[in-house]
Amino acid sequence: MNFEFSDEQQQLHDTVDRYLSDQYSFDKFRAVNASALGWDKASWAGLAELGVLALNVPTAQGGLGFGPLETLSVMGACGRSLLLEPFLSSAVIATATLRAFVDDQAAAELLTRMAAGDAIAALAHFEPGSRFESQWVTTRARKAGDGYTLDGHKAVVMHAGAADTLLISARTFGETKDSNGVSLFRVPRDAKGLKLDAYPTIDGQRAADVYLQGVEVPASSRLGAEGAALAAIEAALDIGLAALCAEAVGVMQALVDATVAYVQSRQQFGVAIGRFQALQHRIADMLIHLEQARSMSYLAALRCADENVPERRAPYRQPKLSSGSPRDSSASRLCNCMAAWA
Amino acid sequence: MRLEFTEQEQAFREEVRAFLREKLPAQIRDKVLNGFELSREDHVLWQRTLHERGWGGVSWPKEFGGPGWNSVQQYIFEEETALAGAPRLIPFGTKMVAPVIMAFGNAAQQQRFLPPISSGAEWWCQGYSEPGAGSDLASLKTRAVLQGDHYVVNGQKTWNTLGQYADWIFCLVRTDTAAKQQSGISFLLIDMKSPGITVRPITLLDGAHEVNEIWFEDVRVPVQNRVGDENKGWTYAKFLLGHERTNIAGIGGAKRELARLKRIAATEQKNGRPLIEDPLFAANIAQVEIDLWALEITNLRVLSGERGSKAPGPEASILKIRGTEIAQRISELLMRAVGAYALPFRREAMAAGWQPDPTREAPGPRYAATLAAAYMNQRKLSIFGGTNEIQKNIISKMIVGL
Repeated sequence: MNFEFSDEQQQLHDTVDRYLSDQYSFDKFRAVNASALGWDKASWAGLAELGVLALNVPTAQGGLGFGPLETLSVMGACGRSLLLEPFLSSAVIATATLRAFVDDQAAAELLTRMAAGDAIAALAHFEPGSRFESQWVTTRARKAGDGYTLDGHKAVVMHAGAADTLLISARTFGETKDSNGVSLFRVPRDAKGLKLDAYPTIDGQRAADVYLQGVEVPASSRLGAEGAALAAIEAALDIGLAALCAEAVGVMQALVDATVAYVQSRQQFGVAIGRFQALQHRIADMLIHLEQARSMSYLAALRCADENVPERRAPYRQPKLSSGSPRDSSASRLCNCMAAWA
Repeated sequence: MRLEFTEQEQAFREEVRAFLREKLPAQIRDKVLNGFELSREDHVLWQRTLHERGWGGVSWPKEFGGPGWNSVQQYIFEEETALAGAPRLIPFGTKMVAPVIMAFGNAAQQQRFLPPISSGAEWWCQGYSEPGAGSDLASLKTRAVLQGDHYVVNGQKTWNTLGQYADWIFCLVRTDTAAKQQSGISFLLIDMKSPGITVRPITLLDGAHEVNEIWFEDVRVPVQNRVGDENKGWTYAKFLLGHERTNIAGIGGAKRELARLKRIAATEQKNGRPLIEDPLFAANIAQVEIDLWALEITNLRVLSGERGSKAPGPEASILKIRGTEIAQRISELLMRAVGAYALPFRREAMAAGWQPDPTREAPGPRYAATLAAAYMNQRKLSIFGGTNEIQKNIISKMIVGL
C-alpha cells in the first residue's frame, strides 16, 4: 500500500502543469472557446512537443508506453487549466482503443502519428438510446463486396470535428443488446455518407452527433476480429472514465484555490469574508469533497489495469459518482462564497 | 502507487486474524456483531486477552510494553478486530492518558500507571468537559489549589464516558486563575476512590447509562499525580489532538455495520421481495458504500503519507468528520431497514440475553429491537472528540489561515 507518485510521474505532472500555467491562462481558454475551431493547433503542437500525446502510445509505436497513473498526473493539470484540446478523446480514449489492435499495421501507424501530434482520433461508440450501456449498439455494418456499409447514429462524440479518424463501433451481427457482434471500424472523418452535426458543449469543448448513411469502408478498416471489439472498447472507456475523474479533481482543486484566495482578499463589514464561520465551513466541506474525490480517482487509475472486468468496472463507476456530484457542489459553493458577498 | 499491502503487512493481517479466531470470546463477538450492550467485564476481559498476547497497548512503543507497531500495523489491527466483532477499545487509558504519561510523565508515573492500563487492571475515564466548557475547553473552571504536598480540587466535570467503571480519572484543572486561560491549566491524575468525588449518571435518550457527571468537593490529590509542569496542562491536552490517526475514521467498524445493513436488508421484505432489491433502498446503500470506499482510500493515503513523514495537515479532521457522518448514515439506514419495527423500545432488549415473551408472537425481528436506540446513541459521534463544526474550523484555519 503506497500512494506516493514516482519521481517520473511527479515530473510529468510538473512539466504539463508548468506548460499550461504559462501558456493556457483563463484568457487563453476564453479565446480558444470563442474561436470557430474550438481548439488551438499551436497548443496541441506544444503538448506534442512535451511528449504528452505519446503518453499512452506503446514504445514500439514511438510512444512513452505509460499508463493510467501517468495519465492521472497529467489530467489534473488539464482540469486545472480547463484544457479544450482533444487530449482525453484522442490521447487517452482513442489511443487506449487502438492500443488493443496494435497488431493491425494501419492502427499501429495511426498511433505513431498520434504520438507525434500529427493525427487525432476519436471513439464514436455511444448512441442516442444507449444511455451508457456499452453493449447497446444499433449502428449496422453490412458486408458489401470487399468491405462494409455503415448505417447509424452516434451521439455526442467528443471532438469528432477535430478528429481525422473516427473509431466507429457497428454491429456486424446479433441483437441490439448483445455483447457479441460489435465490430470497430477506422473511418476517415471526411468519408462519403458521414455527416457531423457539430456543436459546443456547455463546458466549451466541441462535440458532434455523427450520422452514417451508406458509408462504405474497406474490410481492412475493421480493427480486430469481426464482432469481437466490445471488450477493447469497454476497457478504453474505463481508462477514459478514470482519466475524467482525475480531470474533475483538477477542476475541483482549482475551485478550492480560487475560493480560498477570494475569501482571503474580499472585505465586507471591515474584515476579510474568510473570517466568517459560515464561509469557513463551506470551504472545509469543499476540501473534504475534494480529498474524497481525489482518493477515488487514485483508486480508479489503480484498478484500470485489472483484467477482471466486473471487478475493474465496479469502482470506475463509483468514483465517477463521487467526483461528479462534489464537483457540482464545489462549484455551487464557490458561487455562494463569491456571489453572496459581492 | 499501489493498492496492495506488502507481504509483511499481509502476514501481519493473517496473524491478527488467527489471534482473533482463537482468542475472541464468542459471547463478546456475538454482542458486538448484533449491537448488544457490552459489560465492564466484557471490556476488561478483552483488554486482558490482548495484554496476554503483548498487544495491550496497541499504539505503544516497545519501551513501554507495547507491541511497537507502526501506523499501518495499527490500522490493520483496528480494522481486523472491528470486522471480527471485537469490542472497540476504550480509548481513555490506552490511547489518551497513556501517551501523555509517556511523553510528559516522569519515570515513577510511567511505572505506576502504564502496566495496569495495558493489563486492564485499572479503568480510566476522561475529565475534560464541564457544564460551561465544551468546545471552548480552555474556559474550564474546576479549581486545584496547592496546599503543602496536595492539590485540593473543587468543581464539576461532565459527559464522563463510563466514569461509573473508572478507577482513575485524568483531569484538566485550573491552577492559575490570573493567567491567560490556556496558561493556567494543569493535568492531574485522580484516584476515583478519593473522598469528595461523587459520580452521577446521565441517562441518555436510548436509556443507557453511558455518561456521567462527576463532582469534586475538596478532593485531595498528591502533587506527584500532576503530569509534567504546573500550568502546562493545555499543552499536554493538545498533544492528543490529531495524534490519533489510525482509527479515527473507524473504517473497520463501518465495514462491519455496512455488512450488517446488507444482511438485514436482504432479510426484510418489501412488496414480497427482499428490501435490498428495492432500487431506492439499494441506491442509498450504494451511496454510503461509495462514501466509505473513498474514506478508506483517504485513510490509506494518510498512512502512506505518514510513512513518507509528510507534515500533518487537516487529515485527522477530515477522517473524523467523514467517518462519523458515514457511521451515522449507516445507523440511520439500519433503522429505516426495519420499517415500523424500529419503533418498539424495550430497554431490556439492548442486552444479549433478552428474549421476547415465548407465549406471544414476537414483536418484529430480534435484530430490530436495538436499531432505533443505536441510531439515537450514534448522534454523539459528530459531537464528541471535538465537534464536527470545530473540526471544520480547524480545516479552514489550516487552508484559509484567517
